[in-house]
Amino acid sequence: MPRTGLLAPAAAGFLLLAATADFAQAEGDTIVLGAAVSLTGKYSVNGKNTKDGYDLAVKRINEMGGVKVGGKAYKLKVAYYDDESTPARGAQLAERLIGQDGVKFVLGAYSSGLTKAIAPVTEKYKVPHVEGNGAARELFTQGYRYLFAVLSTSDYYLRDAVNLAAEVAKEKGRDPKTLKIAMAFENDPFSLDVRDGILEDAKRYGMHVAIDDKLPPEINDMAATLTKVRAVKPDMLLVSGHEKGATLVVRQTAEMKIDVPIVATTHCDSAKIAESMGKLAEGVLCASQWDRKLSYQDKWFGSADDYANLFEKEFKYPAPYQAAESTATVLVFADAFARAGSLDPEKVRDAIASTDMMTFFGPIKFDSTGKNVVKPMVLYQVLGGDYKVVAPTKWAETKLVWPRKLPQ
Amino acid sequence: MENLRLLFESPFLSVQLLLDGILIGAIFALAAYGMALVWGVMGLINVAQGELVMLGGYAAFYLYRAGIHPLFAVPVAAALLFAAGWLLYRAVIFRVVDRDLFISLLATFGLSILLQQLANTLFGADVRTAESGFGTLFLFGGAVTVSRIKLVAFAGALLTGAFLMQFLRRSRMGQAIRATAQNPRAARVMGIDTDRVHAWTFGLNAAICGASGALVAMTWIVHPYLGLPYTVRSFMIVIIAGLGNVAAVLAAALGLGVAENFAGFILGAEYQAAFIFALLVAILVWRRFWLARERRYLR
Repeated sequence: MPRTGLLAPAAAGFLLLAATADFAQAEGDTIVLGAAVSLTGKYSVNGKNTKDGYDLAVKRINEMGGVKVGGKAYKLKVAYYDDESTPARGAQLAERLIGQDGVKFVLGAYSSGLTKAIAPVTEKYKVPHVEGNGAARELFTQGYRYLFAVLSTSDYYLRDAVNLAAEVAKEKGRDPKTLKIAMAFENDPFSLDVRDGILEDAKRYGMHVAIDDKLPPEINDMAATLTKVRAVKPDMLLVSGHEKGATLVVRQTAEMKIDVPIVATTHCDSAKIAESMGKLAEGVLCASQWDRKLSYQDKWFGSADDYANLFEKEFKYPAPYQAAESTATVLVFADAFARAGSLDPEKVRDAIASTDMMTFFGPIKFDSTGKNVVKPMVLYQVLGGDYKVVAPTKWAETKLVWPRKLPQ
Repeated sequence: MENLRLLFESPFLSVQLLLDGILIGAIFALAAYGMALVWGVMGLINVAQGELVMLGGYAAFYLYRAGIHPLFAVPVAAALLFAAGWLLYRAVIFRVVDRDLFISLLATFGLSILLQQLANTLFGADVRTAESGFGTLFLFGGAVTVSRIKLVAFAGALLTGAFLMQFLRRSRMGQAIRATAQNPRAARVMGIDTDRVHAWTFGLNAAICGASGALVAMTWIVHPYLGLPYTVRSFMIVIIAGLGNVAAVLAAALGLGVAENFAGFILGAEYQAAFIFALLVAILVWRRFWLARERRYLR
């Protein structure tokens, strides 16, 4: 009977498909959140951080009895796909999560590029999309209704370095107007956002931007820019070029002895500059979304430090901010489900929009464009081979060492 | 304009840029020697050149992490990469040697993607460095700084170039390589095992790239996607210098390094690469006119 021999597996396949689709639709007592994260490709390191952050949140919430929605307790679960670090694939997978798997709530991918690809899809299907790893400013100028971000947008990354420099200048009896800025930013959307933020602040203080280089994406050497820095003698050097830029500026300012009182960069914690370059990184300022030493508290994890400890116990490596952001994303959903009292995506979306909560990651409250407007950025300084929080001054752990003493 | 003024006001800046340019050029020269060799002998443009540099860099990084001074990694990386190059030849390259240039481009392009992704999976996407601990040299009362490792890299590049020249000129295999480059068919008739010569050539190329990669790890940074600039610059250098002239390759590489640094300073880092490509176009156009003139004389 060749015909039935073919039919049976086909039927079984259909049943299986139907079953998985059914399972994913938040029926029963489980709510399924969908996520495309980068498990392979260039973002694989941070993709894993993101996934670990989601997993820890889900595990903790389920341990605490899940989420109560309209008197019934639900467990959470995340359905993952690997987006291979490519935006086109991310958009495809979002379609698949929503269209085929019936997911009604989407967690963000890693990086602004991927988020930019996925947001139109979640918008089309009117599915709430909360993310913690896409910081580009333009994500929030498109009028998206269903996209929310728990992190500070990228134009805030290095503003604190400028503010700090102005503070120091005032302390030393110098007018911030006389300060000179040298900056080198990679030519990518994220870094150009960071640059916009600096330009705004520089204008506000009346500071002079003496060097404004845009690094090519394949940058392997910053010698030409740094030679210029030596000639101009600026009061601060600001760099954003992902891990490459952070590593290069640390290595080459030390090697070429480029003496600038304030050197600040993004991505130095993920580039592990203090760990892998030791002395060379001394005195460098690093922008970060979050730190375990901040005194934030919540009911799920306790303090930021408790979270970091739990994370390290679970995954055997120190909690990076990328993971903390991701965990906070899930907490926003959990909080919104409970307040909405329903699993209707529209009601959940409205509940998310009116979020006003404190988490171990920091305060979360969205403006009308969907970005978190109450959480400040953190600025570290590498001191004695460790990252110490120096700004915002309210949460600071120690005072800024100024000027940076070049490692000998 | 502001930048030009700075340059004229302070002559030390020019010295700094010149030195940095020459020293970075030496590293480009290494990768370019290898490309010229493979191109000349096997008629193959190896697009995976930069990936071989990257692998050499990782060899240095892992030796450094194991507590071995990365300088020893230069010969070790060369040896490892020789083996890797040999294997690549036996697995892929030999299939495309006598084929259309387009096929070899495609094949090596595929290899470059494969090597990048393999490196990403095996070593992770993190940016790595290997510290030589050599420190920095101060010239003119600190107005010009040169990290010693760059000098070492420069010397290493010159040594490797000299070694390569001698190897090609004196050794049995070197002679066989040159014979194959001149006329593969005649070489085969004379009893030279050209397949083996090709394997050696590709291995040698990989070894040179490996050595330069180890130097890159000590001087700059290593990550899985650093290859492209090295491939592109090797290609440019070989286009300008021609095949089979080691001294010209070195001169072109140093010139390129210097031009690049000055362009980066004057025009800003964003035009550094653009300037270099504009220069390439200008040189090619100029050379065309020059060749046309030569032809007229011949007539």
